[in-house]
Amino acid sequence: MSLERFFNQAVSSWMSEEGPDSDIVLSSRIRLARNFEAYKFPTVFSHEEARMIIAKMEDILRETPFQKFGQMDLLKINDMQPLQKRVLVEKHLISPQLAEDSPYGAVLLTENEEVSIMINEEDHIRVQCLFPGLQLSEALEAANEIDDWLESYIHYSFDEKHGYLTSCPTNVGTGLRASVMMHLPGLILTQQISRIIPAIHQLGLVVRGIYGEGSEALGNIFQISNQITLGKSEEDISRDLEGVVSQLISQERSAREALRKTSNIQLEDRVFRSLGVLSNSRIIESKEAARCLSDVRLGIDMGYIDNMSKTILNELMILTQPGFLQQYAGGPLRPHERDIRRAALIRDRIKMEQK
Amino acid sequence: MICQECNQRPAALHFTKIINGEKTEVHLCEKCAQEKGEMFIFNGESGFAFNNLLAGLLNIDPAFQKPSQSPFQQEEILQCEHCSMTFPQFLKVGRFGCAHCYETFKDQLIPVLRRLHSGNWTHNGKIPKRIGGSIYLRKQIEELKGELKESITHEEFEQAAEIRDRIRTLEKQLAGSEEGGE
Repeated sequence: MSLERFFNQAVSSWMSEEGPDSDIVLSSRIRLARNFEAYKFPTVFSHEEARMIIAKMEDILRETPFQKFGQMDLLKINDMQPLQKRVLVEKHLISPQLAEDSPYGAVLLTENEEVSIMINEEDHIRVQCLFPGLQLSEALEAANEIDDWLESYIHYSFDEKHGYLTSCPTNVGTGLRASVMMHLPGLILTQQISRIIPAIHQLGLVVRGIYGEGSEALGNIFQISNQITLGKSEEDISRDLEGVVSQLISQERSAREALRKTSNIQLEDRVFRSLGVLSNSRIIESKEAARCLSDVRLGIDMGYIDNMSKTILNELMILTQPGFLQQYAGGPLRPHERDIRRAALIRDRIKMEQK
Repeated sequence: MICQECNQRPAALHFTKIINGEKTEVHLCEKCAQEKGEMFIFNGESGFAFNNLLAGLLNIDPAFQKPSQSPFQQEEILQCEHCSMTFPQFLKVGRFGCAHCYETFKDQLIPVLRRLHSGNWTHNGKIPKRIGGSIYLRKQIEELKGELKESITHEEFEQAAEIRDRIRTLEKQLAGSEEGGE
Protein backbone atom coordinates (compact mmCIF):
# COMPACT_ATOMS: atom_id res chain seq x y z
CA MET A 1 0.00 0.00 0.00
CA SER A 2 1.36 3.43 -0.86
CA LEU A 3 1.91 5.83 1.98
CA GLU A 4 -0.50 8.40 0.64
CA ARG A 5 -3.22 5.84 0.21
CA PHE A 6 -2.59 4.50 3.69
CA PHE A 7 -2.98 7.99 5.10
CA ASN A 8 -6.11 8.68 3.13
CA GLN A 9 -7.71 5.54 4.45
CA ALA A 10 -6.40 5.83 7.96
CA VAL A 11 -7.16 9.43 8.78
CA SER A 12 -10.59 10.36 10.21
CA SER A 13 -11.93 13.85 9.70
CA TRP A 14 -11.07 14.97 13.23
CA MET A 15 -7.40 14.24 12.55
CA SER A 16 -7.08 15.92 9.17
CA GLU A 17 -9.37 18.91 9.46
CA GLU A 18 -8.82 22.00 11.48
CA GLY A 19 -11.57 23.23 13.77
CA PRO A 20 -11.93 26.31 15.99
CA ASP A 21 -8.94 26.86 18.34
CA SER A 22 -7.23 23.89 16.76
CA ASP A 23 -3.80 25.22 17.69
CA ILE A 24 -4.61 23.89 21.18
CA VAL A 25 -7.78 21.83 21.01
CA LEU A 26 -7.34 18.72 18.87
CA SER A 27 -10.84 17.31 19.15
CA SER A 28 -14.19 17.52 20.93
CA ARG A 29 -16.22 14.46 21.73
CA ILE A 30 -19.75 13.87 22.99
CA ARG A 31 -20.94 10.45 24.11
CA LEU A 32 -24.50 9.50 25.07
CA ALA A 33 -25.25 6.21 26.88
CA ARG A 34 -28.66 4.65 26.22
CA ASN A 35 -30.35 1.32 26.95
CA PHE A 36 -33.37 -0.59 25.63
CA GLU A 37 -36.12 -0.85 28.21
CA ALA A 38 -36.93 -4.40 27.19
CA TYR A 39 -33.54 -6.02 27.76
CA LYS A 40 -31.14 -6.59 30.64
CA PHE A 41 -27.92 -4.56 30.62
CA PRO A 42 -24.89 -6.08 28.86
CA THR A 43 -23.41 -6.97 32.29
CA VAL A 44 -25.82 -9.91 32.52
CA PHE A 45 -27.85 -10.08 29.30
CA SER A 46 -28.28 -13.31 27.33
CA HIS A 47 -26.84 -14.04 23.91
CA GLU A 48 -30.40 -13.97 22.60
CA GLU A 49 -31.00 -10.46 23.98
CA ALA A 50 -27.73 -9.22 22.48
CA ARG A 51 -28.68 -10.69 19.12
CA MET A 52 -32.10 -9.00 19.23
CA ILE A 53 -30.53 -5.64 19.98
CA ILE A 54 -28.18 -5.90 17.01
CA ALA A 55 -31.07 -7.12 14.81
CA LYS A 56 -33.16 -4.12 15.87
CA MET A 57 -30.32 -1.73 15.02
CA GLU A 58 -29.91 -3.42 11.63
CA ASP A 59 -33.64 -3.01 10.98
CA ILE A 60 -33.55 0.68 11.85
CA LEU A 61 -30.51 1.19 9.65
CA ARG A 62 -32.06 -0.64 6.72
CA GLU A 63 -35.59 0.75 6.90
CA THR A 64 -35.12 4.32 8.05
CA PRO A 65 -31.47 5.25 7.68
CA PHE A 66 -30.23 8.59 8.98
CA GLN A 67 -28.15 10.13 6.22
CA LYS A 68 -27.25 13.53 7.61
CA PHE A 69 -23.76 12.46 8.69
CA GLY A 70 -23.22 10.13 5.74
CA GLN A 71 -23.76 6.47 5.08
CA MET A 72 -23.54 4.30 8.22
CA ASP A 73 -22.18 0.78 8.25
CA LEU A 74 -22.62 -1.83 10.94
CA LEU A 75 -19.57 -3.92 11.86
CA LYS A 76 -19.81 -6.84 14.26
CA ILE A 77 -16.91 -7.29 16.64
CA ASN A 78 -16.80 -11.03 16.07
CA ASP A 79 -16.42 -10.58 12.33
CA MET A 80 -13.36 -8.37 12.73
CA GLN A 81 -9.71 -9.35 12.68
CA PRO A 82 -7.77 -8.52 15.89
CA LEU A 83 -5.74 -5.94 13.98
CA GLN A 84 -8.86 -4.24 12.59
CA LYS A 85 -10.27 -3.93 16.10
CA ARG A 86 -7.04 -2.52 17.40
CA VAL A 87 -6.95 0.12 14.68
CA LEU A 88 -10.49 1.24 15.57
CA VAL A 89 -9.47 1.49 19.23
CA GLU A 90 -6.39 3.53 18.34
CA LYS A 91 -8.59 5.90 16.36
CA HIS A 92 -10.85 6.30 19.43
CA LEU A 93 -13.82 5.00 17.43
CA ILE A 94 -14.47 2.05 19.70
CA SER A 95 -13.40 1.44 23.28
CA PRO A 96 -10.91 -1.24 24.32
CA GLN A 97 -13.80 -2.80 26.26
CA LEU A 98 -15.89 -3.21 23.10
CA ALA A 99 -12.95 -4.70 21.23
CA GLU A 100 -11.84 -7.13 23.94
CA ASP A 101 -14.69 -7.90 26.30
CA SER A 102 -17.86 -7.56 24.23
CA PRO A 103 -18.33 -10.75 22.20
CA TYR A 104 -21.81 -9.59 21.16
CA GLY A 105 -20.66 -6.08 20.37
CA ALA A 106 -20.99 -4.12 17.16
CA VAL A 107 -20.34 -0.62 15.94
CA LEU A 108 -22.12 1.70 13.52
CA LEU A 109 -19.67 3.98 11.73
CA THR A 110 -20.14 6.86 9.31
CA GLU A 111 -17.78 7.24 6.36
CA ASN A 112 -15.93 10.25 7.73
CA GLU A 113 -15.79 8.60 11.16
CA GLU A 114 -17.27 11.59 12.97
CA VAL A 115 -20.08 9.45 14.28
CA SER A 116 -19.72 6.02 15.83
CA ILE A 117 -22.42 4.13 17.70
CA MET A 118 -21.17 1.32 19.91
CA ILE A 119 -23.67 -1.47 20.50
CA ASN A 120 -23.64 -3.88 23.45
CA GLU A 121 -20.62 -2.43 25.20
CA GLU A 122 -21.23 -1.47 28.84
CA ASP A 123 -24.60 -0.07 27.75
CA HIS A 124 -26.75 -1.21 24.82
CA ILE A 125 -26.07 1.93 22.85
CA ARG A 126 -23.35 4.54 23.04
CA VAL A 127 -23.60 7.34 20.52
CA GLN A 128 -20.32 9.15 19.97
CA CYS A 129 -19.61 12.27 17.93
CA LEU A 130 -15.99 13.28 17.44
CA PHE A 131 -15.30 16.67 15.85
CA PRO A 132 -12.03 18.51 15.16
CA GLY A 133 -11.12 21.54 17.30
CA LEU A 134 -13.34 23.04 19.98
CA GLN A 135 -16.86 22.19 18.81
CA LEU A 136 -18.59 20.81 21.88
CA SER A 137 -21.97 22.38 21.22
CA GLU A 138 -21.87 21.26 17.57
CA ALA A 139 -21.00 17.72 18.65
CA LEU A 140 -23.77 17.78 21.25
CA GLU A 141 -26.27 18.91 18.66
CA ALA A 142 -25.21 16.11 16.32
CA ALA A 143 -25.39 13.51 19.10
CA ASN A 144 -28.87 14.75 20.01
CA GLU A 145 -30.07 14.42 16.44
CA ILE A 146 -28.84 10.84 16.27
CA ASP A 147 -30.40 10.17 19.66
CA ASP A 148 -33.76 11.55 18.46
CA TRP A 149 -33.55 9.34 15.38
CA LEU A 150 -32.89 6.19 17.43
CA GLU A 151 -35.40 7.18 20.09
CA SER A 152 -38.24 7.20 17.59
CA TYR A 153 -37.70 3.45 17.05
CA ILE A 154 -36.39 2.30 20.41
CA HIS A 155 -38.12 2.40 23.76
CA TYR A 156 -35.32 3.67 25.98
CA SER A 157 -34.93 2.83 29.60
CA PHE A 158 -35.84 6.13 31.25
CA ASP A 159 -36.95 7.10 34.73
CA GLU A 160 -38.49 10.43 35.72
CA LYS A 161 -36.26 10.77 38.76
CA HIS A 162 -32.97 9.34 37.53
CA GLY A 163 -33.17 10.06 33.80
CA TYR A 164 -31.61 7.67 31.31
CA LEU A 165 -30.77 4.51 33.21
CA THR A 166 -27.28 3.15 32.58
CA SER A 167 -25.45 0.04 33.59
CA CYS A 168 -23.04 2.02 35.78
CA PRO A 169 -24.47 4.67 38.13
CA THR A 170 -21.58 7.00 37.17
CA ASN A 171 -23.35 7.61 33.83
CA VAL A 172 -26.99 7.78 34.91
CA GLY A 173 -29.13 10.85 34.17
CA THR A 174 -28.01 12.42 30.95
CA GLY A 175 -25.69 9.52 30.04
CA LEU A 176 -23.49 12.29 28.69
CA ARG A 177 -19.73 12.35 28.65
CA ALA A 178 -18.28 15.44 27.00
CA SER A 179 -14.55 15.51 26.47
CA VAL A 180 -11.96 17.68 24.84
CA MET A 181 -8.45 16.69 23.80
CA MET A 182 -5.92 19.47 24.32
CA HIS A 183 -2.25 19.94 23.47
CA LEU A 184 -0.72 21.84 26.41
CA PRO A 185 3.07 21.96 26.01
CA GLY A 186 3.27 25.56 27.25
CA LEU A 187 1.66 24.72 30.58
CA ILE A 188 4.02 21.75 30.96
CA LEU A 189 7.18 23.68 30.06
CA THR A 190 6.28 26.51 32.44
CA GLN A 191 5.37 23.88 35.08
CA GLN A 192 1.94 25.35 35.65
CA ILE A 193 0.12 22.11 34.91
CA SER A 194 0.67 20.65 38.37
CA ARG A 195 -1.14 23.63 39.83
CA ILE A 196 -3.93 23.56 37.25
CA ILE A 197 -4.90 19.88 37.30
CA PRO A 198 -6.04 19.79 40.96
CA ALA A 199 -8.08 22.96 40.32
CA ILE A 200 -9.83 21.29 37.39
CA HIS A 201 -10.58 18.26 39.55
CA GLN A 202 -12.26 20.50 42.07
CA LEU A 203 -14.66 21.68 39.40
CA GLY A 204 -15.95 18.14 38.95
CA LEU A 205 -13.98 17.52 35.77
CA VAL A 206 -11.51 14.74 35.05
CA VAL A 207 -8.11 15.18 33.40
CA ARG A 208 -6.36 12.26 31.74
CA GLY A 209 -3.59 11.49 29.27
CA ILE A 210 -4.42 10.99 25.61
CA TYR A 211 -4.99 7.28 25.69
CA GLY A 212 -7.90 7.50 28.06
CA GLU A 213 -8.14 5.99 31.46
CA GLY A 214 -5.07 5.22 33.46
CA SER A 215 -2.45 6.67 31.17
CA GLU A 216 0.01 9.47 31.60
CA ALA A 217 -0.03 12.43 29.26
CA LEU A 218 1.91 11.21 26.27
CA GLY A 219 3.00 14.04 23.98
CA ASN A 220 1.59 16.72 26.31
CA ILE A 221 -1.93 15.80 25.24
CA PHE A 222 -4.64 15.86 27.87
CA GLN A 223 -8.24 14.82 27.79
CA ILE A 224 -10.64 16.80 29.96
CA SER A 225 -14.14 15.52 30.58
CA ASN A 226 -17.14 15.90 32.87
CA GLN A 227 -17.67 13.50 35.72
CA ILE A 228 -21.17 14.53 36.77
CA THR A 229 -23.96 13.22 34.53
CA LEU A 230 -26.93 13.65 36.85
CA GLY A 231 -28.71 16.82 37.96
CA LYS A 232 -27.38 19.12 35.24
CA SER A 233 -28.79 19.55 31.75
CA GLU A 234 -26.79 18.38 28.72
CA GLU A 235 -26.25 21.97 27.64
CA ASP A 236 -24.99 22.99 31.09
CA ILE A 237 -22.55 20.09 31.25
CA SER A 238 -21.17 20.96 27.84
CA ARG A 239 -21.08 24.70 28.59
CA ASP A 240 -19.31 24.21 31.94
CA LEU A 241 -16.64 22.10 30.27
CA GLU A 242 -16.29 24.62 27.47
CA GLY A 243 -15.81 27.38 30.02
CA VAL A 244 -12.88 25.59 31.65
CA VAL A 245 -11.41 24.69 28.27
CA SER A 246 -11.52 28.34 27.15
CA GLN A 247 -9.64 29.33 30.31
CA LEU A 248 -7.04 26.66 29.64
CA ILE A 249 -6.67 27.89 26.06
CA SER A 250 -5.91 31.41 27.18
CA GLN A 251 -3.49 30.18 29.87
CA GLU A 252 -1.72 27.98 27.33
CA ARG A 253 -1.48 30.89 24.88
CA SER A 254 0.01 33.20 27.49
CA ALA A 255 2.44 30.47 28.60
CA ARG A 256 3.58 30.16 24.98
CA GLU A 257 4.06 33.91 24.70
CA ALA A 258 5.98 33.98 27.97
CA LEU A 259 8.23 31.20 26.65
CA ARG A 260 8.85 33.14 23.47
CA LYS A 261 9.89 36.18 25.51
CA THR A 262 12.05 34.45 28.09
CA SER A 263 13.59 31.55 26.20
CA ASN A 264 13.08 32.15 22.51
CA ILE A 265 16.33 30.58 21.29
CA GLN A 266 16.11 27.61 23.68
CA LEU A 267 12.59 26.90 22.47
CA GLU A 268 13.58 27.22 18.83
CA ASP A 269 16.51 24.87 19.50
CA ARG A 270 14.25 22.34 21.13
CA VAL A 271 11.75 22.45 18.29
CA PHE A 272 14.37 21.94 15.59
CA ARG A 273 16.23 19.24 17.49
CA SER A 274 12.98 17.32 17.72
CA LEU A 275 12.34 17.88 14.02
CA GLY A 276 15.85 16.57 13.41
CA VAL A 277 15.13 13.43 15.42
CA LEU A 278 11.87 12.78 13.62
CA SER A 279 13.34 13.43 10.17
CA ASN A 280 16.42 11.29 10.69
CA SER A 281 15.98 8.56 13.27
CA ARG A 282 15.95 4.93 12.18
CA ILE A 283 14.57 3.52 15.44
CA ILE A 284 12.12 5.46 17.62
CA GLU A 285 10.05 4.44 20.65
CA SER A 286 6.50 5.69 21.00
CA LYS A 287 7.37 7.84 23.98
CA GLU A 288 10.20 9.67 22.24
CA ALA A 289 8.09 10.02 19.11
CA ALA A 290 5.25 11.55 21.14
CA ARG A 291 7.61 14.02 22.81
CA CYS A 292 9.21 15.11 19.53
CA LEU A 293 5.87 15.34 17.74
CA SER A 294 4.63 17.62 20.50
CA ASP A 295 7.68 19.88 20.10
CA VAL A 296 7.29 20.03 16.33
CA ARG A 297 3.60 20.84 16.60
CA LEU A 298 4.42 23.62 19.08
CA GLY A 299 7.03 24.87 16.59
CA ILE A 300 4.41 24.96 13.81
CA ASP A 301 1.84 26.74 16.00
CA MET A 302 4.38 29.34 17.17
CA GLY A 303 5.70 29.99 13.68
CA TYR A 304 9.20 28.53 14.08
CA ILE A 305 8.44 25.94 11.43
CA ASP A 306 6.49 26.83 8.33
CA ASN A 307 5.53 24.75 5.29
CA MET A 308 4.24 21.99 7.47
CA SER A 309 0.63 21.16 8.18
CA LYS A 310 -0.63 21.46 11.74
CA THR A 311 -2.49 18.21 11.62
CA ILE A 312 0.75 16.24 11.45
CA LEU A 313 0.70 15.78 15.23
CA ASN A 314 -2.88 14.52 15.33
CA GLU A 315 -2.21 12.13 12.48
CA LEU A 316 1.11 10.76 13.60
CA MET A 317 0.11 10.38 17.25
CA ILE A 318 -2.62 8.02 16.05
CA LEU A 319 -0.83 6.38 13.14
CA THR A 320 2.37 5.48 15.01
CA GLN A 321 0.53 3.28 17.51
CA PRO A 322 1.23 -0.47 17.30
CA GLY A 323 -2.03 -1.45 15.54
CA PHE A 324 -1.58 1.03 12.73
CA LEU A 325 2.09 0.22 12.25
CA GLN A 326 1.21 -3.43 11.87
CA GLN A 327 -1.60 -2.66 9.48
CA TYR A 328 0.79 -0.58 7.39
CA ALA A 329 3.38 -3.36 7.52
CA GLY A 330 0.72 -5.87 6.55
CA GLY A 331 1.37 -8.25 9.43
CA PRO A 332 2.42 -8.63 13.05
CA LEU A 333 5.57 -6.87 14.25
CA ARG A 334 7.73 -7.39 17.33
CA PRO A 335 8.24 -4.30 19.53
CA HIS A 336 11.74 -3.70 18.13
CA GLU A 337 10.47 -3.96 14.56
CA ARG A 338 7.70 -1.54 15.40
CA ASP A 339 10.22 1.07 16.51
CA ILE A 340 11.97 0.74 13.15
CA ARG A 341 8.67 0.94 11.26
CA ARG A 342 7.57 3.91 13.31
CA ALA A 343 10.76 5.82 12.48
CA ALA A 344 10.31 5.02 8.78
CA LEU A 345 6.66 6.07 8.76
CA ILE A 346 7.43 9.38 10.45
CA ARG A 347 10.32 10.12 8.07
CA ASP A 348 8.13 9.37 5.06
CA ARG A 349 5.28 11.50 6.40
CA ILE A 350 7.63 14.46 6.91
CA LYS A 351 8.97 13.99 3.36
CA MET A 352 5.36 14.13 2.08
CA GLU A 353 5.13 17.58 3.66
CA GLN A 354 8.24 18.82 1.94
CA LYS A 355 7.14 17.78 -1.54
CA MET B 1 16.82 -1.66 38.66
CA ILE B 2 17.32 1.65 36.85
CA CYS B 3 14.65 4.36 36.71
CA GLN B 4 12.73 4.05 33.46
CA GLU B 5 12.24 7.79 33.20
CA CYS B 6 15.80 9.15 33.39
CA ASN B 7 17.64 5.86 32.83
CA GLN B 8 20.32 7.09 35.24
CA ARG B 9 19.43 6.80 38.90
CA PRO B 10 18.34 3.58 40.59
CA ALA B 11 14.58 3.15 40.80
CA ALA B 12 13.19 3.67 44.30
CA LEU B 13 9.49 3.57 43.62
CA HIS B 14 7.80 0.58 42.05
CA PHE B 15 4.16 0.24 41.33
CA THR B 16 1.77 -1.69 39.16
CA LYS B 17 -1.27 -0.28 37.46
CA ILE B 18 -3.96 -2.69 36.36
CA ILE B 19 -6.51 -1.14 34.09
CA ASN B 20 -9.12 -3.30 32.38
CA GLY B 21 -6.88 -6.27 33.00
CA GLU B 22 -3.91 -4.62 31.33
CA LYS B 23 -0.92 -4.57 33.64
CA THR B 24 1.69 -1.82 33.50
CA GLU B 25 4.70 -1.77 35.77
CA VAL B 26 6.30 1.54 36.59
CA HIS B 27 9.75 1.93 38.13
CA LEU B 28 10.97 5.40 38.98
CA CYS B 29 13.74 7.04 40.98
CA GLU B 30 12.75 9.46 43.71
CA LYS B 31 13.40 12.54 41.65
CA CYS B 32 11.40 11.45 38.63
CA ALA B 33 8.63 10.14 40.83
CA GLN B 34 8.33 13.54 42.45
CA GLU B 35 8.27 15.27 39.10
CA LYS B 36 5.58 12.96 37.83
CA GLY B 37 3.83 12.89 41.17
CA GLU B 38 0.75 14.91 40.41
CA MET B 39 0.33 13.14 37.14
CA PHE B 40 -0.39 9.68 38.28
CA ILE B 41 0.64 8.68 41.73
CA PHE B 42 -0.38 10.90 44.56
CA ASN B 43 -3.44 12.32 42.95
CA GLY B 44 -4.70 8.87 42.14
CA GLU B 45 -8.07 9.85 40.75
CA SER B 46 -6.71 11.29 37.57
CA GLY B 47 -5.07 8.04 36.67
CA PHE B 48 -7.78 5.52 37.31
CA ALA B 49 -11.12 4.77 35.82
CA PHE B 50 -13.83 6.10 38.02
CA ASN B 51 -15.96 3.09 37.27
CA ASN B 52 -13.28 0.77 38.57
CA LEU B 53 -13.10 2.71 41.80
CA LEU B 54 -16.83 2.67 42.25
CA ALA B 55 -17.08 -0.74 43.81
CA GLY B 56 -14.48 0.32 46.36
CA LEU B 57 -16.34 3.52 47.03
CA LEU B 58 -19.56 1.67 47.72
CA ASN B 59 -17.88 -0.79 50.03
CA ILE B 60 -16.42 1.84 52.28
CA ASP B 61 -19.55 3.93 52.41
CA PRO B 62 -20.84 3.76 55.99
CA ALA B 63 -24.38 3.94 54.63
CA PHE B 64 -23.93 0.39 53.43
CA GLN B 65 -22.14 -0.93 56.42
CA LYS B 66 -24.92 0.00 58.82
CA PRO B 67 -27.79 -2.08 57.45
CA SER B 68 -25.67 -5.22 57.42
CA GLN B 69 -24.88 -4.70 61.10
CA SER B 70 -28.53 -4.78 62.00
CA PRO B 71 -29.50 -8.29 63.12
CA PHE B 72 -32.83 -8.09 61.28
CA GLN B 73 -31.47 -7.32 57.86
CA GLN B 74 -28.38 -9.43 58.01
CA GLU B 75 -30.07 -12.53 56.67
CA GLU B 76 -31.92 -10.84 53.90
CA ILE B 77 -29.95 -10.26 50.72
CA LEU B 78 -31.57 -7.73 48.43
CA GLN B 79 -32.05 -9.20 44.97
CA CYS B 80 -33.48 -7.78 41.75
CA GLU B 81 -36.46 -9.80 40.55
CA HIS B 82 -35.80 -9.14 36.89
CA CYS B 83 -32.12 -9.92 36.49
CA SER B 84 -31.43 -11.67 39.82
CA MET B 85 -28.55 -9.37 40.60
CA THR B 86 -27.90 -9.14 44.35
CA PHE B 87 -26.61 -6.09 46.13
CA PRO B 88 -23.29 -7.74 47.06
CA GLN B 89 -22.83 -8.63 43.36
CA PHE B 90 -23.46 -5.02 42.40
CA LEU B 91 -20.89 -3.91 44.98
CA LYS B 92 -18.39 -6.24 43.41
CA VAL B 93 -18.80 -5.25 39.75
CA GLY B 94 -20.04 -1.67 40.16
CA ARG B 95 -22.63 -2.17 37.44
CA PHE B 96 -26.33 -2.96 37.52
CA GLY B 97 -27.92 -5.91 35.71
CA CYS B 98 -31.01 -4.13 34.42
CA ALA B 99 -33.05 -0.95 34.64
CA HIS B 100 -35.18 -2.45 37.47
CA CYS B 101 -32.13 -2.57 39.74
CA TYR B 102 -32.50 1.20 40.13
CA GLU B 103 -35.87 0.58 41.76
CA THR B 104 -34.83 -2.52 43.72
CA PHE B 105 -31.77 -0.89 45.29
CA LYS B 106 -33.20 2.63 45.50
CA ASP B 107 -32.63 3.04 49.24
CA GLN B 108 -28.95 2.28 48.91
CA LEU B 109 -28.61 4.14 45.66
CA ILE B 110 -29.46 7.71 46.56
CA PRO B 111 -26.46 8.35 48.82
CA VAL B 112 -24.23 6.83 46.12
CA LEU B 113 -25.70 9.04 43.41
CA ARG B 114 -25.27 12.10 45.59
CA ARG B 115 -21.66 11.23 46.16
CA LEU B 116 -20.95 10.50 42.51
CA HIS B 117 -22.74 13.52 41.13
CA SER B 118 -21.88 16.34 43.54
CA GLY B 119 -24.98 16.02 45.66
CA ASN B 120 -27.39 15.60 42.75
CA TRP B 121 -29.72 12.65 42.52
CA THR B 122 -32.48 13.77 40.20
CA HIS B 123 -32.35 14.13 36.43
CA ASN B 124 -32.54 17.58 34.99
CA GLY B 125 -31.84 17.05 31.30
CA LYS B 126 -33.29 15.61 28.13
CA ILE B 127 -36.52 13.59 28.24
CA PRO B 128 -37.40 11.12 25.46
CA LYS B 129 -40.18 12.64 23.37
CA ARG B 130 -42.55 9.72 23.72
CA ILE B 131 -42.30 9.75 27.50
CA GLY B 132 -42.18 13.53 27.68
CA GLY B 133 -45.91 13.88 26.99
CA SER B 134 -47.03 11.66 29.83
CA ILE B 135 -44.60 13.21 32.31
CA TYR B 136 -46.08 16.60 31.49
CA LEU B 137 -49.63 15.28 31.94
CA ARG B 138 -48.76 13.66 35.23
CA LYS B 139 -47.26 16.89 36.52
CA GLN B 140 -50.40 18.78 35.54
CA ILE B 141 -52.60 16.23 37.29
CA GLU B 142 -50.50 16.53 40.46
CA GLU B 143 -50.90 20.30 40.42
CA LEU B 144 -54.64 20.11 39.85
CA LYS B 145 -55.06 17.64 42.69
CA GLY B 146 -53.40 20.18 44.98
CA GLU B 147 -55.80 22.86 43.78
CA LEU B 148 -58.74 20.50 44.27
CA LYS B 149 -57.84 19.91 47.90
CA GLU B 150 -57.51 23.61 48.47
CA SER B 151 -60.90 24.45 46.97
CA ILE B 152 -62.52 21.75 49.09
CA THR B 153 -60.99 23.13 52.28
CA HIS B 154 -62.24 26.55 51.27
CA GLU B 155 -65.66 25.01 50.51
CA GLU B 156 -65.61 26.27 46.95
CA PHE B 157 -67.47 23.24 45.64
CA GLU B 158 -68.39 24.55 42.21
CA GLN B 159 -64.77 25.22 41.44
CA ALA B 160 -63.80 21.85 42.91
CA ALA B 161 -66.20 20.06 40.60
CA GLU B 162 -64.69 21.88 37.64
CA ILE B 163 -61.17 20.90 38.66
CA ARG B 164 -62.27 17.29 39.21
CA ASP B 165 -63.59 17.17 35.63
CA ARG B 166 -60.33 18.56 34.28
CA ILE B 167 -58.38 15.92 36.22
CA ARG B 168 -60.60 13.20 34.74
CA THR B 169 -60.00 14.43 31.19
CA LEU B 170 -56.25 14.56 31.76
CA GLU B 171 -56.23 11.10 33.31
CA LYS B 172 -57.99 9.74 30.23
CA GLN B 173 -55.43 11.43 28.02
CA LEU B 174 -52.63 10.00 30.15
CA ALA B 175 -53.99 6.47 29.90
CA GLY B 176 -54.30 6.90 26.13
CA SER B 177 -50.79 8.28 25.67
CA GLU B 178 -49.23 5.55 27.77
CA GLU B 179 -50.95 2.85 25.75
CA GLY B 180 -49.91 4.54 22.54
CA GLY B 181 -46.38 4.94 23.81
CA GLU B 182 -45.73 1.22 24.03
